[in-house]
Amino acid sequence: MGMTMTQKILARHAGLDFVKAGDLINCKLDMVLANDITAPPSIAEYKKIGRPVFDCTKVALVPDHFIPNKDIKSAGLAKIVRDFARENNIQHYYEVGRVGIEHVLLPEQGLVAPGMVTIGADSHTCTYGALGGFSTGVGSTDLGVAMATGEAWFKVPEAIKVNITGKKPDDITGKDVMLTLIGMIGVDGALYQSLEFMGSGIAELSMTDRFTIANMAIEAGAKNGIFPVDDQTMQYIKNRVTTPYDIVTADDDASYRRVVSINLEELKPVVAFPHLPENTKVVGTFGDIKIDQVVIGSCTNGRIEDLKIAASIMQGHTIHPDVRCIIIPGSQKIYMEAMEKGYIKIFIESGAAVSTPTCGPCLGGYMGILAAGEKCVSTTNRNFRGRMGHVDSEVYLAGPQVAAASAILGKIAAPKEVY
Amino acid sequence: MKIEGKVWRYGDNIDTDVIIPARYLNSFDPQELASHCMVDIDETFSHEVQTGDIMVGGKNFGCGSSREHAPIAIKASGIPVIIAASFARIFYRNSINVGLPVLEIGSDVEKIKAGHILRIDLTAGCIENSTTGDIFQAAPLPGFIQDIARAGGLIEYVKEKK
Ligand code: SF4
Repeated sequence: MGMTMTQKILARHAGLDFVKAGDLINCKLDMVLANDITAPPSIAEYKKIGRPVFDCTKVALVPDHFIPNKDIKSAGLAKIVRDFARENNIQHYYEVGRVGIEHVLLPEQGLVAPGMVTIGADSHTCTYGALGGFSTGVGSTDLGVAMATGEAWFKVPEAIKVNITGKKPDDITGKDVMLTLIGMIGVDGALYQSLEFMGSGIAELSMTDRFTIANMAIEAGAKNGIFPVDDQTMQYIKNRVTTPYDIVTADDDASYRRVVSINLEELKPVVAFPHLPENTKVVGTFGDIKIDQVVIGSCTNGRIEDLKIAASIMQGHTIHPDVRCIIIPGSQKIYMEAMEKGYIKIFIESGAAVSTPTCGPCLGGYMGILAAGEKCVSTTNRNFRGRMGHVDSEVYLAGPQVAAASAILGKIAAPKEVY
Repeated sequence: MKIEGKVWRYGDNIDTDVIIPARYLNSFDPQELASHCMVDIDETFSHEVQTGDIMVGGKNFGCGSSREHAPIAIKASGIPVIIAASFARIFYRNSINVGLPVLEIGSDVEKIKAGHILRIDLTAGCIENSTTGDIFQAAPLPGFIQDIARAGGLIEYVKEKK
């Protein structure tokens, strides 16, 4: 019996020739990540162990959730992270003005690569599976231990094979692919398992699409999501990744618990209704839903291609008078590129607010909190009760094309309704 | 270790945003987190929970963010163990790491209602519902996870191994 991509990467990092689902193993880590919310408790746990940081080039500390500091307490958290980074000579610490949203920033900076094992004290650490590595979210204690030892324990996961075929229609994004998949298998459909994406349709998906898809593996309960490495991956890591990496392929006789098939040609733009990402509905199959706010950004959809899609729809239109539209580039680099390409001008001319990179409204932190009864279309990844503000507010998850169209029309809308 | 306590019953897919909303994450003080625990779906919990009470949920308990603040908030509320049909994996891992035992019992969980009194033998994974007389058996913790639990959490375990 062979191994899946995930199993093979884990085996190599555990120094083993073979592992099978269910094995408990200890792995060496290539990158360890925490943010301004999770690093302070991680640091507190780390200090209890009393060892030096295992490798100051393999720790990334990214203050992105409540920064620029939203209040005095958050300023205190950010300071704990900053002081720790300085004291321990952490090489990948990013200050306000240079920081981006962690899962946008790490790939952009070349800190994650094919075949690597990464853990982060943030559930969306699974994003880096888009590059063909194993990455998963953990808590602060695991992270504190990892900073001291450079290791973590894992239970080798079973796998679900997601077979993607067909040609991707123009109005479909990675978000539609993933929301459709979560709608099919449910928010616990991949619990304790890896989602292994493969098939002829992978070539149709841009790196942005793949990051979006891998990012939301956790929304299906998965341990990780992973894509094969192809020309597009190599093009992406070229000039970014300077450390050694390892291209891993699944064995032909690897075993999968189940196979789920998605034909890209059949997909339609979708939204996930409150209060679970599995409540997927095709745009146009429900009555008018008036909205109060639109958020375009986050580790799911804050990349340049997302902003390009939004700008192409918003160009020459104005945001609906009843809607506040907030657009947040995922990193400074993306912000700059969006400016150079004229997207920022389009956003501001259409009446949108553009912010410096931050998680902000995605987790109901700040920069766009919802009042009771308000509805928001958001390109983020979670629509749990109260996620973006008051417990009686509602979040509808969508791709950037649906979000942009909805901002213009003041109701949940498909891009084709704008023209 | 034996535990006896009253049940606080919640449903399926209880997410970490509900257990401890992000607006309170500007602190990681356990008592402060406990004072806001579950507030968005149950305002009574943080006021009325008694030390030793038991939290019971449905499937996929603890889904969502990796915030360890969630099991810490529950533990600091005085809850010594959580029982659910199934747990989201990061939450499961975090709970073990912070020394909060979790027991998975599948669909048997449907026979446990709010206010029931449970008696639990943690070492054996045996749960007795004193209110109804039902007895349930949870799957034992695998391999060295038992050692982590016995040490009282991952930090203690790593220190012991040093
Ligand atoms: S953008 Fe949202 S989901 Fe992503 S890391 Fe920030 S808070 Fe988490």
